[in-house]
Amino acid sequence: MALNPRAATAPAGTPTNISQGSQTKGGIGESTLRPDGTLKVTGEFAYSSDMWHEDMLWGHTLRSTVAHAEIRSIDISEAVAMPGVYAVLTYDDLPTEVKNYGLEIQDTPVLAHGKVRHHGEPVALVAADHPETARRAAAKIKIDYAELPVITDEASATAPDAILVHEGRDDHHIGHVPHPNIVHRQPIVRGNADEAARRADVIVKGEYTFGMQDQAFLGPESGLAVPSEDGGVELYVATQWLHSDLRQIAPVLGLPEDKVRMTLSGVGGAFGGREDLSMQIHGCLLALHTGKPVKIVYNRFESFFGHVHRHPAKLYYEHGATKDGKLTHMKCRIVLDGGAYASASPAVVGNASSLSVGPYVLDDVDIEAIALYTNNPPCGAMRGFGAVQACFAYEAQMDKLAAELGMDPVEFRQLNAMEQGTIMPTGQPVDSPAPVAELLRRVKSRPLPPERQWETTEGADVRALPGGLSNTTHGEGVVRGVGYAVGIKNVGFSEGFDDYSTARVRMEVIAGEPVVTVHTAMAEVGQGGVTVHAQIARTELGVAQVTIQPADTQVGSAGSTSASRQTYVTGGAVKNSCEAVRERVLEIGRRRFGSYHPAWATAELLLEGGKVVTDGGEVLADLVDVLEGEAVDIELEWRHRPTEAFDLRTGQGNGHVQYSFAAHRAVVEVDTELGLVKVIELACAQDVGKSLNPLSVVGQIQGGTIQGLGVAVMEEIIVDPKTAKVRNPSFTDYLIPTILDTPTIPVDVLELADEHAPYGLRGIGEAPTLSSTPAVLAAIRNATGLELNRTPVRPEHLTGT
Amino acid sequence: MRVNFTVNGRRQEADDVWEGESLLYVLRERLGLPGSKNACEQGECGSCTVRLDGVPVCSCLVAAGQVEGCEVVTVEGLADFARQRDAERGSCGTGACGTSLQDARLWSAKGTDSQTGEGTELAPIQQAFIDAGAVQCGFCTPGLLVAADELLERNAEPSDADIREALSGNLCRCTGYEKILDAVRLAAARQERQEEAV
Repeated sequence: MALNPRAATAPAGTPTNISQGSQTKGGIGESTLRPDGTLKVTGEFAYSSDMWHEDMLWGHTLRSTVAHAEIRSIDISEAVAMPGVYAVLTYDDLPTEVKNYGLEIQDTPVLAHGKVRHHGEPVALVAADHPETARRAAAKIKIDYAELPVITDEASATAPDAILVHEGRDDHHIGHVPHPNIVHRQPIVRGNADEAARRADVIVKGEYTFGMQDQAFLGPESGLAVPSEDGGVELYVATQWLHSDLRQIAPVLGLPEDKVRMTLSGVGGAFGGREDLSMQIHGCLLALHTGKPVKIVYNRFESFFGHVHRHPAKLYYEHGATKDGKLTHMKCRIVLDGGAYASASPAVVGNASSLSVGPYVLDDVDIEAIALYTNNPPCGAMRGFGAVQACFAYEAQMDKLAAELGMDPVEFRQLNAMEQGTIMPTGQPVDSPAPVAELLRRVKSRPLPPERQWETTEGADVRALPGGLSNTTHGEGVVRGVGYAVGIKNVGFSEGFDDYSTARVRMEVIAGEPVVTVHTAMAEVGQGGVTVHAQIARTELGVAQVTIQPADTQVGSAGSTSASRQTYVTGGAVKNSCEAVRERVLEIGRRRFGSYHPAWATAELLLEGGKVVTDGGEVLADLVDVLEGEAVDIELEWRHRPTEAFDLRTGQGNGHVQYSFAAHRAVVEVDTELGLVKVIELACAQDVGKSLNPLSVVGQIQGGTIQGLGVAVMEEIIVDPKTAKVRNPSFTDYLIPTILDTPTIPVDVLELADEHAPYGLRGIGEAPTLSSTPAVLAAIRNATGLELNRTPVRPEHLTGT
Repeated sequence: MRVNFTVNGRRQEADDVWEGESLLYVLRERLGLPGSKNACEQGECGSCTVRLDGVPVCSCLVAAGQVEGCEVVTVEGLADFARQRDAERGSCGTGACGTSLQDARLWSAKGTDSQTGEGTELAPIQQAFIDAGAVQCGFCTPGLLVAADELLERNAEPSDADIREALSGNLCRCTGYEKILDAVRLAAARQERQEEAV
């Protein structure tokens, strides 16, 4: 191979020092802009609902109108006969013996068989040439339901003669749950809570209710399934984890995994709601049955039935403290309603129990968390995953204790705040920075926004009052309150899960430029992973031009875009693969140019600015010359340090990888006559370990903060307790915060590196959803003096009507 | 039925439109303009906002037949729309001074020069959304851009209260809206600087 003359002379000639600003632009720590930003602002970015194929059919799902019933018969004859209808499928048309799926427990039927267990359960599928034809055909399907009593709460679920939501359970949790209508139970016992309670000068008890929240991502569940010539199927879909979907889809279709080729299409938000399957199998079944491409797009109504929600919860807490403000003990019982199918309930139980004490030092605890099977809508993953419900309750308890003791609520928390080295109730030491007291100090020391900002010289600016223009107050009954909260969330998958990711990194010369291609199966759901991966590749390989390949199943699994883990784990995998590519490139360099300069053998070498440089900044070669025609292409898996399962009786075990912490201060104004709340400011301080992209970090924190605000004052899926039917499946009735409901959100970012994590980073996405809800509640209590033990707070709770 | 109307300056004809179809459906599924988004299809989220004879509307609530003979601007045409407006006003919002009305009317969807769309000429509000970090999943973005552009057209110096009011019909689930406010403020500031310069 002939040497490039330029390269042959450069290393041997006068060294060029490029140390002045030699870091490749767009590396980590910079607020690099999104690579998909332009496509997203021009409308050209292809979301899963934008897919189109020639000769495409439209799929539609018929869903149960009742919550619990035996299906006596299904008559599809009229639907099949409609012009434009290509297929009507029921349970009987499933091609194999595998007819259920599920994330952990395979208890969810692809299509209902014999029984429906919740309102909105899929019963039949239609494919037609126009979406309206498909909907009308589905409406012609006649189903004879024999309704059964509904199980809707703990009492009805665990009654001795309760109907079993799932008869004949044989999953691995059945052996240790006290009732078959309990999905999973995790106790945690540490120290002796009863004995420690004797040291308490004050004891407070509380019973808290957390409503059912919805992820309410804007992009509806949708995708396009295209049958392929080899009898397989290609699926373009919005999801959080391609390989998890694949593992559940292929067996139902009776196809080997390599015949189900999945590609991520544009994802319009996720927040946990896309961890479970929605239209994936349905679309593939219709496509394989008709031999034509099939697109399914849920409308908003169907979307509320098409994904799991956040577990509503009842939480029973007891805390004690000495008169000098030290916590003595905590007892709690957390009852999560998992709805009709297991989804992620077992893992949510693990999180709720292990994080139920919050970020506090507490050696004597007695904890139990359970998730129920009921006929309510299935619940599973949502941002904050079990830690959110607990945080709402323990933070209310902290305020109660502080009030009992006559202490400042922030000082009381700081006095009990965990720090590095604190032992969790699971016995696991917190072995990285845990700046809980500092985060609280930061939000507290921020100047308060001016009072009564709505007062102007001409009277009240009603736009700035609770209720805004549409309401009638001019400030008469408006009072202000301030509240604080802090929370702890685990990062990554816990309890011994093999939580790995895969990244393929390729470096080659294209058109005279070194170019890096990063290929992972990571689902970009809006969080900005694609930006960060390019930043990591630039930092590690010193190449300006980085291409991010579309995510698909042609590369190994990246794990889920959830649990705040993607930058940690897939970011770690990209870093790891980049390091391997760098080593290989340097090997090639040594082979080609090693004889020209002793530094090739002796110095620490880096890739910067498209060149090989020594750690002293001396340039040895251009990457273009090193690589010449060769491409370096490496695919590696990467794992964070292992975790272990919690003991099923004591809850002991090093179950979590990493923790993240956020604190909020909420300032609210409450109209006590109208029962309306206006959040004036919601300040957040969060430790992110290392901010890889400050712009994205702040965006994540603000977004999470507002989802917490939503559940504090407006968001709740309302399920009729008598029929278990969902009453508000629409954006008219399920309210998410608008820009008018949203305050300013100042964000204070700490960067205390976690030495175990890539670059010291800490997962960030979820922690801000934890503390924002209790902070808002605390502020409303502070303003009104009301106890308020449920979320969301509705006007009637504030006016007593 | 057949519907004739103008989309982003170009005459369009949609055939075999069923009476119940929305403008949103016709744009997305018949004309190949999926930029207007289908998030709720009941007028609650604003993701499908387009300009109908200049007025921002939820295209999901407009029956296709209602747009006969009308002019529609979608996010796909926003850059050219802004350029045309600036040309008419004699300013140069996008740096593409002198684009004639004729040129703007000849607009058609075009490919981009890379996967990221670099080199695409954007309306000031589009660039501001990117620069301010107001785009996360991006599903609400097209509707917000159309609404925000219309706000800045009629109110060059909006207060925060004005911005909040103008965008109150557009839901966003990712950003917490702070960066969307930043983006509109940024576009307004850039517009002001441009006008001072002219």
